[in-house]
Order: sequence, then structure tokens, then C-alpha cells
Amino acid sequence: MTSPTLPTPEHRYVINPLFLFRWEASQNAHVLLYPEGVVKLNASAASILKLCNGTYNVTQMVDHLSERYDGSPRELIGQSLIKFLEAADAKGWINAVA
Amino acid sequence: MPKAGSTLSLDGEGKPLWVSLELTYQCPLNCVFCSNPVDFDDYREGELSTEEWKRVIREARELGALQIGFTGGEPALRKDLEELIGYADSLGFYTNLISSGIGLTPTRLVEMKARGLKHIQLGFQSCDETTANLMAGADAFRRKLEIAREIKALGFPMVLNVPVTRHNLPQIPEILNLAESLGVEYIELANIQYYNWALINRDQLLPTREQLEWAEAEVARFRERVGERMTVYFVIPDYYDGRPKACMNGWGAIHLTIAPDGSALPCSQARSIDTLSFPNVRDHSLAWLWQESDTFNHFRGDSWMKEPCRSCDEKEKDFGGCRCQALALTGDAANADPACSKSPHHSRILDAIDRAAATQDRPEALIYRDAGFNCEGGER
Repeated sequence: MTSPTLPTPEHRYVINPLFLFRWEASQNAHVLLYPEGVVKLNASAASILKLCNGTYNVTQMVDHLSERYDGSPRELIGQSLIKFLEAADAKGWINAVA
Repeated sequence: MPKAGSTLSLDGEGKPLWVSLELTYQCPLNCVFCSNPVDFDDYREGELSTEEWKRVIREARELGALQIGFTGGEPALRKDLEELIGYADSLGFYTNLISSGIGLTPTRLVEMKARGLKHIQLGFQSCDETTANLMAGADAFRRKLEIAREIKALGFPMVLNVPVTRHNLPQIPEILNLAESLGVEYIELANIQYYNWALINRDQLLPTREQLEWAEAEVARFRERVGERMTVYFVIPDYYDGRPKACMNGWGAIHLTIAPDGSALPCSQARSIDTLSFPNVRDHSLAWLWQESDTFNHFRGDSWMKEPCRSCDEKEKDFGGCRCQALALTGDAANADPACSKSPHHSRILDAIDRAAATQDRPEALIYRDAGFNCEGGER
């Protein structure tokens, strides 16, 4: 609902309170539920959204993801993360917090 | 029954992702566009009990449903609404309340919030009191406005659902401004679909193409101004589109509606199809009636289709349109939806548009939703 904020290393994110993010066994996937809609998430999107809890800044998110996706270059992970955060912000799934 | 060769096109992979519970057909309003059955009052007795609704909610969740809508009639007339919301939330549903606002109070809203209600869709007819009350057939305008403010004060996401007819269409710019000032996230300018009470009143409700084009331009201007703060849904109605709507994303594809008496319907209008009988949750499990019943399989896939749908390259996009509209306007639910310009019955839509336009200068009385209306005779 807000204009996307370009992610900087210090930015932290939270899931938009209008959305419900959870594991759904019947879909074998994480889902985002919102008024009259459902988004089924792939594993990497879900692993990023789990870090959107206001605790981790973008640098720390890269740390976590580098651990999880051991073997992928850190720079590549950072680029994909930024791209996803921008897109998720534009769709209104997440909000940047100060 | 579709057998081999009929392709199921199910976004939900065969699961009813969305379940609507019509808790009651009773309602304090008398809207001229109401989509409830014309004989709604015959279902006053025999509504499902709290325990029966809970069983429905549990079984729907087991079938993979994710979204649940509590609707009616006015669902707030049920004293067990809060309990049912809480039960659905505890099972992992995203809970939606679809309400006229009448019967909601600050106390009840607080309780619903505590029980896990996620979202409220409020029906709202106009920013103009006279028009709003004309469409709702009741003096409800001020109450609705108060409850809209209460809903936002409690932090619920809210969709304002504005049924668009020729009566409130000229007020669309002011309605959008009001929605903005209320702080709603979504507003749906829902062009009326012509079933049941709305079909009875169609000549008096249907806007002209020119009126709709004006409204569309106003919506575009508003979107430009507010940007992404609000989402405005406005879709040109099927009567003017030349193509039918992909009704319910296909019959028995992702939607399951349970009527107040426990009848299971592929959509809330489906019981108008009197050649079908609708299985009841009192007699069957949800799994059986969704997966096995003849009724839910009847228009699944495309093997039921006649020409021109059968050989149409758009059949997987719109599924032949709406079965209920095909029945209501052509007499056969298996015909192409006459909203489609390829339908041999498309003239029924064009005639309806002409008839409605002709009444612009000589308005007749609206017929309000009321018990005891005799649709055969047209009058009580």
C-alpha cells in the first residue's frame, strides 16, 4: 500500500499486518493470506519473509541466507535479496521499519 | 458426469480454497439488488446449528480451504458469529466477515478481533443518505458510517464494497473521497450482477455504457491522485464487456458455498438452477459432496459444453461464463453465457441494455427485497 523504499544495508522489514504468513501443510508451502487472496510462496521467498520480523537488517539477512544457502556467492545472495525485498515492498507484502 | 477427456482446470489443485458460509438469509435491510434467493424467507426455519457449522468449518479446512467468508443475509444476526469466527481462526483459516454493518457494535467488533477475525468487507451504498437509503430500502446510512469508523479504529483491514447501479454511479467521485477519509485500504466498486432481486429491478438499475465510461474515467483520476495508498477495484460489467466473466473460476473449482439450510452450492446463486439438486451437509461429508456429488461434477471441466463454447479457444479462460446467468436469460444452464458476443442468445443482453436505457427518462418504482414476493406473478 506504500511506495516502495529502496533497501539499504540498515533497513529492517516487517510483514504487512494485513497479511498472514504461515506454513500450509495442504500446499506443502508457505502462504501469504490477505483479504480475499492467497499467494503460494517458493522456498527462497519464504526463507526471506521469515527474516522480515523487524529484527534483522539487510546485512544480517544476507548473513543468515549465506549460512542457509552455503555455496552461493554472498554477492549474488545480496543481489537476489534486494530484488525480492523491492518487489515484495511494491506488492505491499512487507513494510520497511525505521 | 465428466469422465476421461474432460480437463479440470483447478487453480486450487482440486481443493476448495475459498469457502463461504451463508449463516442466515435474514437481514435488516431490503436492498433492491440483493443476491439472496427471492424465496429467502422460506429458509427462516432450519438454519444449521452452531455445532453443525463447526463441523462444516472443520471439514472445509481438512479439504484444504484457506479462506473463509462469513456472509448472509446479515451474518451478525447470528449470536454465535463470534464463536464460529474463533473456531475458524483456531484451525488456521484467514477469516473474512462480509456484513452490512447493521448488527455490529463496538463491543462485538472487539470480541471478533480477540477471536482472530482478520478482515471485514462492509457493504456501503452511497455517500449520499437519500441514495443509500433508496438502494437499501432502510434507514441505515448513518449507522453504516459509524460502524465503518469503528472498524478502522480497531485496526481491521476493510474492503468497502459499493454495489454500483445507475442511482449511485454519479456519486462515485464523492464515494471514493469518503473511502479515502475513512482510511480503507480497498474499495470495490462492484457493478451489480443481475440475479434474483437485482434481475427483477434490472431496468431501473443498469447504467448506460456512457455512464460507465464516465465512472471509469473518474476512477482513473482518483487512482492517479492517491497512488498506492488505496486499491480501487472497478470492472466493466459483463453486460458491456462482450465476454463473460470467468464465473467462480469455474464450477466446483475453488469455491464452495454453504447455504443457511446446509445446502452445498458451487456459488451462492446456484440454487436458482432448479434442474440440479444440491447435496446437504446434514446428509453428506464435505469431501463427498465436493469430490463425488453429481451436482459439483455437473459443470466441471468442459465436457458439458455446447457450441459455441465447446470449440471456443477462450473456453479455458472464461469457462463459458456463468451457468446461472445462462439459465436465467436463455432457459438452459448449459448454454453459453449470453454476455458473450459469440452466444446465439447475446441479443437478450443487448435488449436488456436497450430496455434499461429507455427507462432512464421514466423511472418506475423499485421492488425491495421482502418476504412473500411472488416472482411468478411479479407482485405480492
